[in-house]
Amino acid sequence: MQIKESSTVYDVIIVGSGAGGGMATKVLADAGLNVAVVEAGPFFDPADPEQMTQMKWSYQSPRRGAGTQRPFGDFDSAYGGWEIDGEPYTHKDGTKFDWFRSRMLGGRTNHWGRISLRFSERDFKHKSYDGHGDDWPIGYEDVKPYYDKVDKLIGVFGSKENLPNEPDGFFLPPPKPRLHELFYIKGARKSGVPVIPSRMSMVTKKINNDRGICFYCGQCNRACSVYADFSAGTCLIFPAQKSGGQVRIFTNSMVREVLTNEQGKATGVSYINKEDRKEYQLKGKIVVLAASACSSARILLNSKSEQHPNGLGNSSNIVGKYLHDSTGASRTAFVPDLMNRKMYNEDGVGGMHVYTPWWLDNKNLDFPRGYHIEVWGGIGMPSYGFGFDVNALNRFFGTTVGGYGNSLRADAKKYYGSVMGMSGRGESIAMKDNYCEIDPNTVDEFGIPVLRFHYKWSDYERKQAKHMQDTFEEIIHNMGGEVIGDKPGADTDFGLLNPGRIIHEVGTTRMGTNKKESVVNEFQQMHEVDNVFITDAGPFVSQADKNPTWTILALSWRTSDYIIEQLKKQNL
Amino acid sequence: MKRRESLKYIVLGSAAATMPLQGCENEVKTEKVVEPKKSLPAYGRTEEEKDHDEQLLEKQFFNEHETQTLGILCALILPANEEFGSATDAGSVEFIEFMAKDYPPFQTPLRGGLMWLDHEANSRFDKDFNSLEENEQKSILDDIAFEVEKDESTHLAQGRKFFALMRNLTLTGYFTSEMGIKDIGYKGNRPNVWDGVPQEFLDQHGVSYEPEWLEKCIDQSKRMIQAEWDENGNLIT
Repeated sequence: MQIKESSTVYDVIIVGSGAGGGMATKVLADAGLNVAVVEAGPFFDPADPEQMTQMKWSYQSPRRGAGTQRPFGDFDSAYGGWEIDGEPYTHKDGTKFDWFRSRMLGGRTNHWGRISLRFSERDFKHKSYDGHGDDWPIGYEDVKPYYDKVDKLIGVFGSKENLPNEPDGFFLPPPKPRLHELFYIKGARKSGVPVIPSRMSMVTKKINNDRGICFYCGQCNRACSVYADFSAGTCLIFPAQKSGGQVRIFTNSMVREVLTNEQGKATGVSYINKEDRKEYQLKGKIVVLAASACSSARILLNSKSEQHPNGLGNSSNIVGKYLHDSTGASRTAFVPDLMNRKMYNEDGVGGMHVYTPWWLDNKNLDFPRGYHIEVWGGIGMPSYGFGFDVNALNRFFGTTVGGYGNSLRADAKKYYGSVMGMSGRGESIAMKDNYCEIDPNTVDEFGIPVLRFHYKWSDYERKQAKHMQDTFEEIIHNMGGEVIGDKPGADTDFGLLNPGRIIHEVGTTRMGTNKKESVVNEFQQMHEVDNVFITDAGPFVSQADKNPTWTILALSWRTSDYIIEQLKKQNL
Repeated sequence: MKRRESLKYIVLGSAAATMPLQGCENEVKTEKVVEPKKSLPAYGRTEEEKDHDEQLLEKQFFNEHETQTLGILCALILPANEEFGSATDAGSVEFIEFMAKDYPPFQTPLRGGLMWLDHEANSRFDKDFNSLEENEQKSILDDIAFEVEKDESTHLAQGRKFFALMRNLTLTGYFTSEMGIKDIGYKGNRPNVWDGVPQEFLDQHGVSYEPEWLEKCIDQSKRMIQAEWDENGNLIT
């Protein structure tokens, strides 16, 4: 095969254009470096009328928004999903892991929930606190300046609460709660569970001239055409281009491996151009991997050479290990006091206006780590599924269920907006035996060996899920609601979703000071290859009960500053 | 249709169900002229998704008889009232036709359910469901439309399963249509400025905002003013 080489030598090649790659692109291009961004999916701009799904009505989709083509429904902006044609992954020993990939400029930041939480000092040093897992080599004070910069650059709404485990930031003001959220606040307080305004990255107040201001359509998962929510393309990569940065974007380009020289240093990457299905090589002085925790691990493991026979920078054999996702379990409630609603526009921002941060001390509990509670409900746009079991809630009143005729209109209106739910998102303990590795028998349609997963929840996570279910039931009762469906029991791990389902997978290239136990240093620089950096969530030592994006952004900025500084000192 | 003919249909129907796609394509060509509908107005599809939609739109799953029955059923499930049309008027039949192709697991339950309905109609009245008087049609629906304490082991249990699926698809088709969204009263999907639940609805549901919570929230009159903070993160604009 003839592999095509390009003569340009980029200062930096960035693999992946999501949160970690986007931030590295912005900071490094703004510093004047010549940057190549290699993205496995197509170009995406939510303002492009051809790509835009925002403000579409359900009936503009022939399937009315059903999830047959996109797993989160027709209007969700993620191109990809749990399964992608031609890009399989496999499992070991009958274990389960569901891997969500979004192939497009901006990656998963186009559709994510925008929940933007800072890790606390305890989150970085949890082993010192409870003996489980490992401490990070850095603490809150190392990351705080970057969290502050991210807040100011991108925008996050929230409120100052002075909670020790929920560090405050530079917040835009939050929106007022919706009706069902007021019921949640009431019920949760009665159960001794605190509730505070959400912390999410939508621009509720002007943050700069490049970004629009939220107009409350509630559709952030569709990506915002006025750039009022955070996506890596719209908020980082486009501005980097606009400010005159040298940014060359290679789309539909699937990186196969990092190329190295005789000294074992990176010289660039090879990738498959999905359009002509040929392999190409790009040369760069520095390689930043930001393809997502598992994809970056896959690239490293597939980058075998004489100098790196076990995969790039993997003599420790740690690449792929300590994979961990947030836990997730949910419960749904019917609230009779929310029946017979009068209609008004309560779309709000995309997602919840209030949430519950972790509020208990695990030293008094039978599981080591906490969870936060997310709330959903309201009178949103009817889409596929609306009207299913239209009057099933009649069961709570002992009246007839089913039937046909005009009474069903009245049933639909009576119950519209009376169902809500809550979801727990918790911290799992990173374990060496939960990992991804290369499947020796399988390649994808580009001929690249694929990942094989091995992942099991432990009793830590199961007991945490049980606690979630008990808490949900109590809160539902205290807000005057009725639980819907049977309580998930031990037979279903208390409703604990498969690992991977929360799409917070982290830890596969973890950071540390001990080179035998970690892959990168505190600046996310590979121990064994000093011109390769990893700025996705792979370097996370633990994930906290927080969504990882804000920390990915902060650490990517910190790493990018370090790269600039090292270049100035001519250390790279 | 006579009983013997309906039995012929059962045989053809089950054969068609085992190889549905080919069977339907042939049916389309010989029995019905389908107006070609090559593409839909843009709703943010990728090229692959556009191709998929177009392929489905070119195929016809339900035959003419089945489509007619679906129309009658959708209008019985949700008939017109003074203000709004029926589910059939709102396009539920076209929606169900599309879903049967987009989600193949619907195909056999729907097609088989329609045959079940004709069989039941023939058993009771010696006619297809379509040919019955409305009160006769309703007499069958009355036996399968309601949830029962224990779904007894009579043949009606299968009819109930089918009808529950039909009702779900009919109503979701209706309430996600332009007409249905107007009917249900959804007021969103347009630019606005959220400033909390209007007082009258807070009162209706017996809840209120706490002053200390509202103090943290956005003053919407200042939303266009550039955000600035003091060094402690207090917003000063």
